[in-house]
Amino acid sequence: MITVYVPRDSSALSLGAEEVATAIQMEAMRRGMDINLVRNGSRGMYWLEPLVEVATAQGRMGYGPVGVADVPGLFEAGFLEGSASPLALGLTDDIPYLKRQERLTFARVGITDPVDLDDYLAHDGYRGLARALTLEPAAIVEEVTQSGLRGRGGAAFPTGIKWRTVLNTPATQKYIVCNADEGDSGTFADRMVMEDDPFVLIEGMTIAALAVGATQGYIYLRCEYPHAQEALNAALAAAYEHGYLGDNLRGSGKRFDLEVRMGAGAYVCGEETSLLESLEGKRGLVRYKPPLPAIEGLFGQPTVINNVLSLASVPVILDKGGEFYKNHGLGRSRGTLPIQLAGNVKYPGLIEKAFGLTLREVLYDFGGGSATGRPIKAVQVGGPLGAYMPESQFDTPMDYEAFAAIWTVLGHGGIVAFDDGVDMARMARYGMEFCAIESCGKCTPCRIGSTRGMEVIDKIIQGEDRAANVRLLRDLSDTLLNGSLCALGGMTPYPVLSALNHFPEDFGLTAQDTV
Amino acid sequence: MSEQPWDRDRVRSIIDTLKDKPGALLPLLHGIQDDLGYVPPDSVPLIAEALNLSRAEVHGVISFYHYFRDTPPGQHTLYVCRAESCQSMGSEALEAHIRQRLGVDYHETTVDDLLSLEPVYCLGNCACSPAIMIDRQVFGRVSPQRFDAILENLKVNA
Repeated sequence: MITVYVPRDSSALSLGAEEVATAIQMEAMRRGMDINLVRNGSRGMYWLEPLVEVATAQGRMGYGPVGVADVPGLFEAGFLEGSASPLALGLTDDIPYLKRQERLTFARVGITDPVDLDDYLAHDGYRGLARALTLEPAAIVEEVTQSGLRGRGGAAFPTGIKWRTVLNTPATQKYIVCNADEGDSGTFADRMVMEDDPFVLIEGMTIAALAVGATQGYIYLRCEYPHAQEALNAALAAAYEHGYLGDNLRGSGKRFDLEVRMGAGAYVCGEETSLLESLEGKRGLVRYKPPLPAIEGLFGQPTVINNVLSLASVPVILDKGGEFYKNHGLGRSRGTLPIQLAGNVKYPGLIEKAFGLTLREVLYDFGGGSATGRPIKAVQVGGPLGAYMPESQFDTPMDYEAFAAIWTVLGHGGIVAFDDGVDMARMARYGMEFCAIESCGKCTPCRIGSTRGMEVIDKIIQGEDRAANVRLLRDLSDTLLNGSLCALGGMTPYPVLSALNHFPEDFGLTAQDTV
Repeated sequence: MSEQPWDRDRVRSIIDTLKDKPGALLPLLHGIQDDLGYVPPDSVPLIAEALNLSRAEVHGVISFYHYFRDTPPGQHTLYVCRAESCQSMGSEALEAHIRQRLGVDYHETTVDDLLSLEPVYCLGNCACSPAIMIDRQVFGRVSPQRFDAILENLKVNA
């Protein structure tokens, strides 16, 4: 029987993958052909979605983007035998966009049926856990430390050091919390992991639990991701059923329970202490640090709180060793970075590569330039709190330190490109507006400063006493930068000031006016 | 305050099922909103009593989170992404079109009760911007024309 793959990833669904899957089933039935339809994840080449694949002796042949109307023609052309057709892409693995990547964390994404445990196991799944079960907790922590893995949520704190703190803090109850509140515009890597390979996250969290002696875990998932919720819950049920979760992990006598908890549309809950408050059933107000969550976290107990990508990178590190992982990347940025290329680009998608690609390579070699065909004027990297970067900064290599050196942030690795139609003064105003909408309200610079910021930018745009208001905006930004309790207020000046500094003409200013 | 009637026993049973979870309030509010479409203000005392919280604390949580609502929604909820990636692909024009087409602003419901309109800040569909979501179904690369087709389809199936 011929196997046909049609993705169930929500972005593929957003372009009609469900209808295409149904049409393929119907057409096969009509022709009396027996096919095995697998709903896989997405390969992350979103301009080709819905990307339909057929298993052949040579490998998986891709066709895309496929619309419902294309389906009869594909059958007519013999796509079930991998024949040529105007939509044929050849072997999917040979598509340059994919072939040039180094997929470690995303090794299975787009290949397997995300909620099929057997498929996960057949593609090296749970090998990391098998090894972790043979190691002492300290040895697991050491392996992760050796790998050089740093928090992929944006803060880039070394994961192994965080785990060691939790391991060394005595307590009767410890927790593993996954920060799956991926709220940054331009980012979708967490979503892809959870929808397209949920077992890898569950495995990573289970290894973390063994490493620090935790018995309960929570995945704090944003409610804007209903498809991820479904996939995670299906995977959790299968993991429980087969002894990969519960009170006797693979017969080891160790216990780990895991549950998905839904957020409720508050961006600030992506900040770790706000997230913990929310998990405790409260408003998501940011906590003072110290104490660190590693010492006093969820319900006052030692807690590992890591981003989805950090935890999803752990299985391959345990399976292939910290050294293997560390051999990717450069400087202090080790391993791979799942880059998410979005916005106004011709070929948007997921690009997992060792650290070090330049922004220009990502935007043009992978992205093919803008979708509209106009020049790319600016890109925002690292979500709504990330700086806008002009063309003169496109040669910056994508690693944490290189970005920090020019007052920009890599963050979660999301890139949003804008063509020359963008008005950067409006984007700066939006930065303040977003902060005002999402501020938790605990600290004054963020709560009030964001609203005042909008007003000042409005005055600058309207041409009201520009020089004085620019000074005021810089002064206000300084207060936000240095006086806010967390990154929401503390980083809102990044998009605002970078827009002002690099694109003064959009504010009605000359370069001298901005000083 | 006059309110639409809601089934007190149903809400009580949701509360009873979830109240003993650690940090139960958010799961409980989700449970009620999943069932009724909103969290009735009159249910706040029941929730507060079950969790040994003050009514102010429960109200504070409901009002903190954008997702929870205290009025019944229309038959469907339309979420329009306002974040940067969608803006880079023309979402502001799409937003204007949708508001004009539906005759409502954000946080309002159409007169025929078909749709409640809500802003959302990222659906993770940034590679297919601009994006919207209707209930739990995501749509990508939504032009004004595509939106009109989606809306017609929704009306036909209403």
